[in-house]
Amino acid sequence: MDMTNVATEMTDAAPHLPSHGHSQAAGEPKFVTRGVTVHYGEKQALFGIDLDINTNEVTALIGPSGCGKSTYLRCLNRMNDTIPICRVGGSIELDGENILAKEVDVVHLRARVGMVFQKPNPFPKSIYENVCYGPRIHGIASGKDDLDEIVERSLERAGLWKEVKDRLMEPGTGLSGGQQQRLCIARAIAVDPEVILMDEPCSALDPIATAKIEELIDELRENYTIVIVTHSMQQAARVSQRTAFFHLGDLIEHGDTDQIFTKPKNEKTQDYITGRFG
Amino acid sequence: MQTFTLACVLLVLTYFGFRMGRGRALGLVGGKATRLHSLPGYYGYYVALWCGIPAFLMVAAWLTLEPTVLTMLTTSSLPADVQSLSKNELGLVLNDIRNLASGSAARANVSPDIVAAAERYATMRHLGFAAMAVVALAVAVAGLTFARTRVTPDMRARNRVEQTVRVILIASSTIAILTTVGIVLSLLFESLRFFEKIPATDFLFGLEWSPQTALRKDQVGSSGLFGAIPLFAGTLLISFIAMCVAAPVGLLSAIYMSEYAHSRVRAVAKPMLEVLAGIPTVVYGFFAALTVAPFFRDTGDLFGLSISSESALAAGVVMGVMIIPFVSSLSDDVINAVPQAMREGSYGLGATQSETIRRVILPAALPGIVGGLLLAVSRAIGETMIVVMAAGLAANLTANPFEAVTTVTVQIVTLLVGDQEFDSAKTLAAFALGLVLFCVTLALNVVALTVVNKYREQYE
Amino acid sequence: MSEVVQVGTPSAAGRPVAVRDTKALVAKSLKRRYAAERRFRLYGVAAIAFAGFCVAVLFVTIFSNGYTAFWQTNIRLDVTLYPQDIDPQGDRSPKALSTANYQKLIKQAFGDLFPDVQNRREKRKLFDMISPGATFVIRDMVLKDPGLIGKRVQISVPLSDDIDQFAKGFIKAETPESERRVKDAQIDWFQRLKDRDLVVTEFNSTFFTAGDSREPELAGILGAIMGSVFTMIVTLAISFPLAVGASIYLEEFAPKNKWTQLIEVNINNLAAVPSIVFGLLGLAVFLNFFNLPRSAPLVGGMVLALMTLPTIIIAARAALKAVPPSIREAALGMGASPVQVVFHHVLPLSMPGILTGTIIGMAQALGETAPLLMIGMVAFIVDIPGSPVDPATVMPVQIYLWSDSPERAFVERTSAAIMVLLCFLIVMNALAVVLRKKFERRW
Repeated sequence: MDMTNVATEMTDAAPHLPSHGHSQAAGEPKFVTRGVTVHYGEKQALFGIDLDINTNEVTALIGPSGCGKSTYLRCLNRMNDTIPICRVGGSIELDGENILAKEVDVVHLRARVGMVFQKPNPFPKSIYENVCYGPRIHGIASGKDDLDEIVERSLERAGLWKEVKDRLMEPGTGLSGGQQQRLCIARAIAVDPEVILMDEPCSALDPIATAKIEELIDELRENYTIVIVTHSMQQAARVSQRTAFFHLGDLIEHGDTDQIFTKPKNEKTQDYITGRFG
Repeated sequence: MQTFTLACVLLVLTYFGFRMGRGRALGLVGGKATRLHSLPGYYGYYVALWCGIPAFLMVAAWLTLEPTVLTMLTTSSLPADVQSLSKNELGLVLNDIRNLASGSAARANVSPDIVAAAERYATMRHLGFAAMAVVALAVAVAGLTFARTRVTPDMRARNRVEQTVRVILIASSTIAILTTVGIVLSLLFESLRFFEKIPATDFLFGLEWSPQTALRKDQVGSSGLFGAIPLFAGTLLISFIAMCVAAPVGLLSAIYMSEYAHSRVRAVAKPMLEVLAGIPTVVYGFFAALTVAPFFRDTGDLFGLSISSESALAAGVVMGVMIIPFVSSLSDDVINAVPQAMREGSYGLGATQSETIRRVILPAALPGIVGGLLLAVSRAIGETMIVVMAAGLAANLTANPFEAVTTVTVQIVTLLVGDQEFDSAKTLAAFALGLVLFCVTLALNVVALTVVNKYREQYE
Repeated sequence: MSEVVQVGTPSAAGRPVAVRDTKALVAKSLKRRYAAERRFRLYGVAAIAFAGFCVAVLFVTIFSNGYTAFWQTNIRLDVTLYPQDIDPQGDRSPKALSTANYQKLIKQAFGDLFPDVQNRREKRKLFDMISPGATFVIRDMVLKDPGLIGKRVQISVPLSDDIDQFAKGFIKAETPESERRVKDAQIDWFQRLKDRDLVVTEFNSTFFTAGDSREPELAGILGAIMGSVFTMIVTLAISFPLAVGASIYLEEFAPKNKWTQLIEVNINNLAAVPSIVFGLLGLAVFLNFFNLPRSAPLVGGMVLALMTLPTIIIAARAALKAVPPSIREAALGMGASPVQVVFHHVLPLSMPGILTGTIIGMAQALGETAPLLMIGMVAFIVDIPGSPVDPATVMPVQIYLWSDSPERAFVERTSAAIMVLLCFLIVMNALAVVLRKKFERRW
């Protein structure tokens, strides 16, 4: 099929996609989490987290290693279900529906809440196959042409299209680290999720690749709600609108990013952002 | 028994050498061990090694050469008319002599020449052994005295002993190479003799196999037919049936156990597969012949199918059951080597477990699984007892699994079991078949191991 | 900057993009996908169940066919030991006692039970009911205690295998007489013996104390067990030191070069070479080149040693590798030589692992049949071997030989022999498991 042709059309059309009819306006809470606790076996990892995550904003979760920020992130699409000894308590509401409830379908949930991982983990398949994996399993595309279109649009949005359009059939593992991570982002947005969770997406990348991803995150904010766990405070300051500071399994402070970084209310936050620990 | 006594004597002597070396070293420095270069024990080991190793090598050499030497001497002392007999007949005569000499055959009805030869044989054996024992003991004592004179406080006994230990270690590691060389040479040598009688092309591409050679030269149909294609076809058919059983069952059970099963289920299922793996093949063969083959035959009768009671199906299915644990454990390793990140990536996109397995894990693990399956195929091809007991002897060229077929290994066993002269084309054919078997399994193994290793490296 | 910026840039012109409701599409797909999920799971369960079914059928078949072999149907017979039959000279010489015609005594005693049978052919059928082994029972009794001569003794002697099978219900009276090995008359006589309470079912000790025999009721497995024992001793004596030496060299001393790589590839390949090829090696090298004795456990043990060598080497290397380098460094730091490090520290620490691997290799060798067929251990041998150079057979080969015999009673003995072999294997594997559990060390 004529991909280049579509490409021009697509860039031209580069749709301002309200594709799944996200109902809320920016700033309204997408996630409302109350009293979230997590136990790994006997060990408690989170101690009652109350946090709202707003629609079409980037929320950064910061804190020293082992503070529970990744654990919290993994609760938001119930990735913790894959760990047998992990138990999650409290309530997490996505658009008013408690996703921790038994009857909630995790497959459906994860289609709505996508995830990008710390280490780029493209499947050992072609770039094309990587991106169309989600649409295929969820039955989103109506045909080959449709699938091609989704792949192209997703790669386009992940800022990877130009680099890979001539080698879509080459293995995704052959890309550079930064490209791989953008491929993983493309893979996530191909399913057209409402929320994208990012678990330290840049920690395995060099500064240039990191800059690209950060720009990308900023672009994606327009259409998606993004939650990002990061080790780097600069990154949090650059990309996020809101920031939450975790420490030892507790949420210490959260608020507008500007406020957190300029006048934190809590002493621990102050210490952390000024680099006294962590 | 004599050998055992001799070995004991040598061992005692060696121990004596150890005490002596140690005592001498200590004596030289007046009991002050710190003035020695090495610990006193090392001087003991040094003397003991000099005493024991040459003597034991002597004994081993004699024991391996004894039968050959004795046979040669006996043959040359036989009357000319006996010596001029053909190789096979001469072999029979020599056998008689050996039996007579060891007293396991009666003396009645044996020509006096043979009896005399047997007596000579027995005397020579006793003499030979006695001479060897004397020489071995002399060598041991000589080694002991020589080493003892070399012991001085400055001698680096430890370094010397350790050097010897290293040489011994290297020698044992080359046994693996020697075994392979032995296999290749013995198969190749005998096969070449076979190909002198039967052209290699006839063997490799011939369509008919009937190795019964005639007893007399003038008999009709004196030369057997050695076209091995029906054997190869039969082997492949049975291996194919086996893989049809083992591949899906082994793979699916590995997937179930590594991805789904509760630890309690695994605790039962894993040992169960290990039991399956630990059962000797002769038991599977008995099971195939006694239970499975009649079951298939009777089931076939019910549906109006005529299934032979030595059908390829029965042997193949049982062989498949035998290979299940093999496939399963290899697949299990391979599946577990797929990084957890792959699974998470897929779950993160909302894939179900089976989608993740089928679309991500299996494709990622494919090279490893293919390698494992190739190893399993090589196992199926080389498996002997099941087919010997449950498959047929007649070489049918057919793809029908309900008929009896024969395999390479079955023919090797039939050709070599029982008494037969060693030079006939029939016997040599077994080695040619063995050579083919060895080459094919070797190729499969090399390819499979390379694929699996590459795969492992990819995720390390 | 560059393309990333362009990505999100909206443009007014262009084709309208289909607006799709992903949420609904995903929801719609769920039913189908969960059905597929359940199906896939079911395949897995079915595979495990199939394997379990095979194990169960195998064991049930072997057990149900074999457990009866541990009992033997005997007959209690009152035999008068007439001196004129046993020892006409009256000198009680051992030669006379061991060559006397005891069969006559048995026939007399047994015939007395059925005075109505006079016809020659009928009599033959009658005497067929008693195992030829009965004569050995009396002979052994007399040889042990010549004082019994002239007395009347009660002995329990085995009935022939066919009658035994009939008594155990494997030969059925309903089958037409022409297709059955036990004739109507014999059934009748057997019933009469039973009515007179002369038939007893006793523990079949012969099975554990005798060598092979053409008569199933006299065949035992001791010869094969002894053959296996000698073979295993030879195998262990050769393969264990060699394997430990080779793995120490490869793991601790060998430089990483082409030669060691070749050895490694070689070992891995040897582990996968079909066992029958090792048999061919044994035949060509040990028997034909070195003229070592045929059918001897010595040669069998050598062949099996070469076969198990790679298995043990691979296990031993894994065990050596598991010892952390810190131990080696600590010992080297104390001034120990590399050889001392290995023999004082590394080897003792890895010994449990090496032993486990060795036991597993030996279990493999114990169950191996094919290579032994090549070197003539398949001969029919009655005597129980007394040394590694005596002709012998081993348990798996005995199973193979018996399974080829047409008599129904051998089916039962084959299964019983399999049960004995499996017992040995289970004990060995259990030992390996215990060893692993007990000494397993996590570094």
